[in-house]
Amino acid sequence: MTLSPQIEGSYTTEQVIPLRHYGRWISAVLLLLALAAGIWSVVHNSGFGWSVVGSYLTTSSVLSGLGVTMELTVVAMAIGIVGGIVLAVMRLSPNPIVGGSAWSFVWFFRGTPVLLQILFWYYIAALYPTLSIGIPFGPTFFHANANTLITKFVAGSLALGLNEAAYMSEIVRAGILSVDSGQHEAAHALGLTRAKTMRRIVLPQAMRIIIPPTGNEIISMLKTTALVSVIALSELLGAVQQIYARNYQTIPLLIVAAIWYLTVTSVLYVVQFFIERHFSRGQRATARGLGHFFQSFAIRPRGSTRTRAL
Amino acid sequence: MTSPLDPIAPSPVVSAREVRKRFGPTEVLKGITLEVTEGEVLCILGPSGSGKSTFLRCINHLEKIDGGSLEVNGEFVGYARHRGALRELREREIARNRVGIGMVFQRFNLFPHLTVMDNIIEAPIHVLHQPPKQAQAHARTLLAAVGLADRENAYPSELSGGQQQRVAISRALAMRPQLMLFDEPTSALDPELVGEVLSVMRRLAEEGMTMICVTHEIAFAREVADRVIFMDEGVVVEVGTAHDVIDHPQNERTQLFLARVH
Ligand SMILES: Nc1ncnc2c1ncn2[C@@H]1O[C@H](COP(=O)(O)OP(=O)(O)O)[C@@H](O)[C@H]1O
Ligand SMILES: [Mg+2]
Repeated sequence: MTLSPQIEGSYTTEQVIPLRHYGRWISAVLLLLALAAGIWSVVHNSGFGWSVVGSYLTTSSVLSGLGVTMELTVVAMAIGIVGGIVLAVMRLSPNPIVGGSAWSFVWFFRGTPVLLQILFWYYIAALYPTLSIGIPFGPTFFHANANTLITKFVAGSLALGLNEAAYMSEIVRAGILSVDSGQHEAAHALGLTRAKTMRRIVLPQAMRIIIPPTGNEIISMLKTTALVSVIALSELLGAVQQIYARNYQTIPLLIVAAIWYLTVTSVLYVVQFFIERHFSRGQRATARGLGHFFQSFAIRPRGSTRTRAL
Repeated sequence: MTSPLDPIAPSPVVSAREVRKRFGPTEVLKGITLEVTEGEVLCILGPSGSGKSTFLRCINHLEKIDGGSLEVNGEFVGYARHRGALRELREREIARNRVGIGMVFQRFNLFPHLTVMDNIIEAPIHVLHQPPKQAQAHARTLLAAVGLADRENAYPSELSGGQQQRVAISRALAMRPQLMLFDEPTSALDPELVGEVLSVMRRLAEEGMTMICVTHEIAFAREVADRVIFMDEGVVVEVGTAHDVIDHPQNERTQLFLARVH
């Protein structure tokens, strides 16, 4: 008598009949039918104008819009990540003024709509016509006209970047707090300073927690950049809007934008998978996410008696 | 007992006088006075919560003391003598003073994102600014000495508890400390792995390392310790040779504790 014949390496010689999942088959067939019907209607509805989509997919104004979208995403996320790390480390500082300033920053930028912040940075040129860098109430080292300094692109990336820094700081802080206090202690006991402990010991471990939500933030930022069209900066969505304002091919041009957003997002998924795998070094469980996704399609031999956690 | 003023006495590595430490309203250390001389092995016994870890952490300034004085190698921990007064040290100076003190933790605290080799050479390279080649060569010598020559590329998660603790000891030794602090180094280990860690510690003691070991391994204390102290509720209840404290305890609390762990 064996009590658990499914266990690998067991001593049973009896034939094992694996559980059949009939419900899964039925739901899969229904979904495939629905998908086929959807595709058929999309392809055969002339309103979607697939030929128009094809002809505009790579026009120069769409591609330059895509370029602006990607540049904005990169610059805003760079500001967001660097700013987020600085704010998170400030929040954890023993100095209450430093911690309080970071808290106020986060409170302000999370508490107001990002659209408002975009408009604010755009119009701030009117509020401060000249910008100077120097010691407050003392000598000035640098002097510029804000109207020329704050271009639409600068206003857009500042607004998106500073807003992002507020969100990223919470993500980074959660990551730092997830690292065991024994790690700080061990590093300090070896003579590493607080800054080196943070940079070389704590942050690399916090990355495992920080990377997945940061991936979400980047993908979300890619799409949030569309908001800068309010200051007439023509990123991807703004560029197609300008085209369909002239030729009224609204749906095909929105599809053009959607295709590009999906393409860039898909590339980001793959990049995220490799970054996650890199930062899970020394961890027993390897990166989930995309690997798990691919693995769930892996073909397993039928009738196999191997048990495996999915 | 030797007096600190005696010119031919070995110099004290650690000298604690009336050390006090409180967390909020509770006083955890209520005036600890003791001295550890060069080459001496001191074992600290005592029930959980008696302040043993806190005292070790005060010695390398992971905790700041609230009263009394604590000197390591003739320097006040966390302070410098400055024109007849004590000046609080900067963070960087505290970090530098910790270099001479190695610490081994109950839960190993290896850096999980670094290989065994990188765990060991991290501080020699980034604190002592040793050339990587030299740090690696030293690390290999240390790993060979603890029987882990072939595991330098492993990550901590791939090692057993006993192996991890031996790496942690090598990591501390890589800084060439004058004093080693052990905080229950075998308490988190499966019983069959305790021996391999204790034998590394025993060899270190034989080589003349000054050591303070918080431990529940009575047999180890009896064999290796030059002196044993028994701590309870933040005070040193009993001090003496292993023979005195473990085999002939005078204090009732010591007797009760030993009866339980024996
Ligand atoms: N960081 C801390 N904050 C508050 N209480 C603490 C802290 N560290 C230790 N304690 C308390 O101090 C007492 C002594 O702790 P500890 O030194 O760890 O004892 P032992 O190592 O002898 O078991 C315990 O009651 C513990 O709860
Ligand atoms: Mg303890």
